[in-house]
Amino acid sequence: MTQYLDFEKPLAEIEGKAEELRALARTSEEMDVADEAAALDKKAAALLVDLYKDLTPWRKCQVARHPERPHCKDYIEALFSDYTPLAGDRNFADDHAVMGGLARFEDRPVMVIGHEKGSDTKSRIERNFGMARPEGYRKAIRLMDMAGRFGLPVITLVDTPGAYPGKGAEERGQSEAIARSTEMCLKIGTPLVSVIIGEGGSGGAVAFATANRVAMLEHSVYSVISPEGCASILWKDAEKMREAAEALRLTAQDLKKLGVIDKIIPEPKGGAHRDRPAAIDGVKAAIADMLAELDGKDAPALVQDRRQKYLSMGAKGLAA
Amino acid sequence: MNWISNYVRPRINSIFSRREMPENLWQKCEDCGTMLFHRELSENLNVCTNCGHHMAITPRDRFRALFDGGTFAEVKVPEPLTDPLHFRDQKKYPERMKTAQRTTGEKEAMLVASGEIGRTPIVAAAQDFSFMGGSMGMYVGNAIIAAAEEAVKLKRPLVLFSAAGGARMQEGILSLMQMPRTTVAVEMVKEAGLPYVVVLTHPTTGGVTASYAMLGDVHIAEPNALICFAGPRVIEQTIREKLPEGFQRAEYLLDHGMLDRVTPRGKMRDELISIIRMLLGLPPAVRGDLPAPEAGEGDSGTPAGDAPEK
Ligand SMILES: [Zn+2]
Repeated sequence: MTQYLDFEKPLAEIEGKAEELRALARTSEEMDVADEAAALDKKAAALLVDLYKDLTPWRKCQVARHPERPHCKDYIEALFSDYTPLAGDRNFADDHAVMGGLARFEDRPVMVIGHEKGSDTKSRIERNFGMARPEGYRKAIRLMDMAGRFGLPVITLVDTPGAYPGKGAEERGQSEAIARSTEMCLKIGTPLVSVIIGEGGSGGAVAFATANRVAMLEHSVYSVISPEGCASILWKDAEKMREAAEALRLTAQDLKKLGVIDKIIPEPKGGAHRDRPAAIDGVKAAIADMLAELDGKDAPALVQDRRQKYLSMGAKGLAA
Repeated sequence: MNWISNYVRPRINSIFSRREMPENLWQKCEDCGTMLFHRELSENLNVCTNCGHHMAITPRDRFRALFDGGTFAEVKVPEPLTDPLHFRDQKKYPERMKTAQRTTGEKEAMLVASGEIGRTPIVAAAQDFSFMGGSMGMYVGNAIIAAAEEAVKLKRPLVLFSAAGGARMQEGILSLMQMPRTTVAVEMVKEAGLPYVVVLTHPTTGGVTASYAMLGDVHIAEPNALICFAGPRVIEQTIREKLPEGFQRAEYLLDHGMLDRVTPRGKMRDELISIIRMLLGLPPAVRGDLPAPEAGEGDSGTPAGDAPEK
């Protein structure tokens, strides 16, 4: 059973009706509802395509946050073999909001790192809803550094509302940890490719997504601030999140125009959560393509590639 | 730009400011409530003469007090596109910019200059909190990159005074991209073997703290400056508990290992000179106010020689 988003209400009604008909048919044998149910299915399928054809930026935020959207853990399990989690920042703790470790991608040894939001109440709490503390960034720094020294490409999967705004996180240097993580992203001499699979929330995302190549799933978002946060500051009204989402240009389509990302990964009809295997396949192809583009570049060229990319970023605005 | 056009002796300057704001002769300290005579306050670098409270100071005033003889050459910053996202909230972004430019008399939220402090050539950049909260957009990113390039070109240390509410929301994702961009700038200075000293002033928050402000060789903060990633209100709303006294203030960060020093504004110049000269392996500087360096042999509009000491 899919959890419907508010804008999917008409769809929920049609699919609900089709479901009711079928349930009724099961109880009384004389009723033949096949044709009627099929008609409703067809109507629902057409509506789904229609709803997702032109999602507004705010609706994309909702899709990007959908609880059934494939998360980091799902991608790691499906796309990597020999995944060997490596834990801890060697200073304070292991942050469960960040997954990371050695793995093979199409047999090639790599380092994979990503934010994990969790999939049920228990795991969401354990993962702190994908909001990393300094330990998470410091674990990532450690793993990136190791990957650089052993010639392993780094693949990051970004899905976070943002870095955790907590007392301990601040005391242990959330800012410094994020800054150092971004610095490490720029420094390593191996290919670094990143996929924004859900939410790319502010500095917490940049710390992983400062990469040679960045791809985004079609309905994922990447922003300096959440639309709700922006609305409450600039509109003085958190309910103006639709307007804020519009103004912030946080969709994959706008970010591609701005030259902030390199690639958009198409999502299955009705969003990644409606056909998880198809979404995961799309991400796999994108990672393979991005790594292939960087093949043959040596360490200085890879570092230079990242530097140039960020130094020249934004110069052309929406015309990039 | 020729450095002579920026040659303003501090004393002359304070006469100008007095003329500009005759009705503003007195200012109330927002901390202790004392009424302070404007000239006295500006001579004390906007630090309350009664309680030591550090009020905001503009980059230009800071530089006049910092550089020998109040002399510095502005480093040109490449202009970014205006309003790259065509951002619109309740006001259009270009309108907000015009208002900020009118009230501050500055083009944007960061000023970059080269000059000498205690006869030690440096490049300095200072963020202007009075300009849209000092927020970091493309211009601030360009300014930091220009500062780093100038430092590398002239082989000088970079001193950066941070002050910002965070990212410039009206530039959306492009403001966020200043985090990696400015980190590249810091890397260039470090790779050239030059010191990068950050002076964190009130307030330094958000993406600014989480990039160039936390990547210095030395971190010095002004007393009681708020320095954080997430602001105290956001944290209180998240964890639903009251935060301890002094939380995220400079002294608190010093206790938690995020800063090297907390130094009052009045002592900052001497301290910067002392630290930088040691990092560069130079002999101790002559203390006290120094006149502007001699003009002449300097190239590219910068005062005096480029090499620290011959
Ligand atoms: Zn006072």
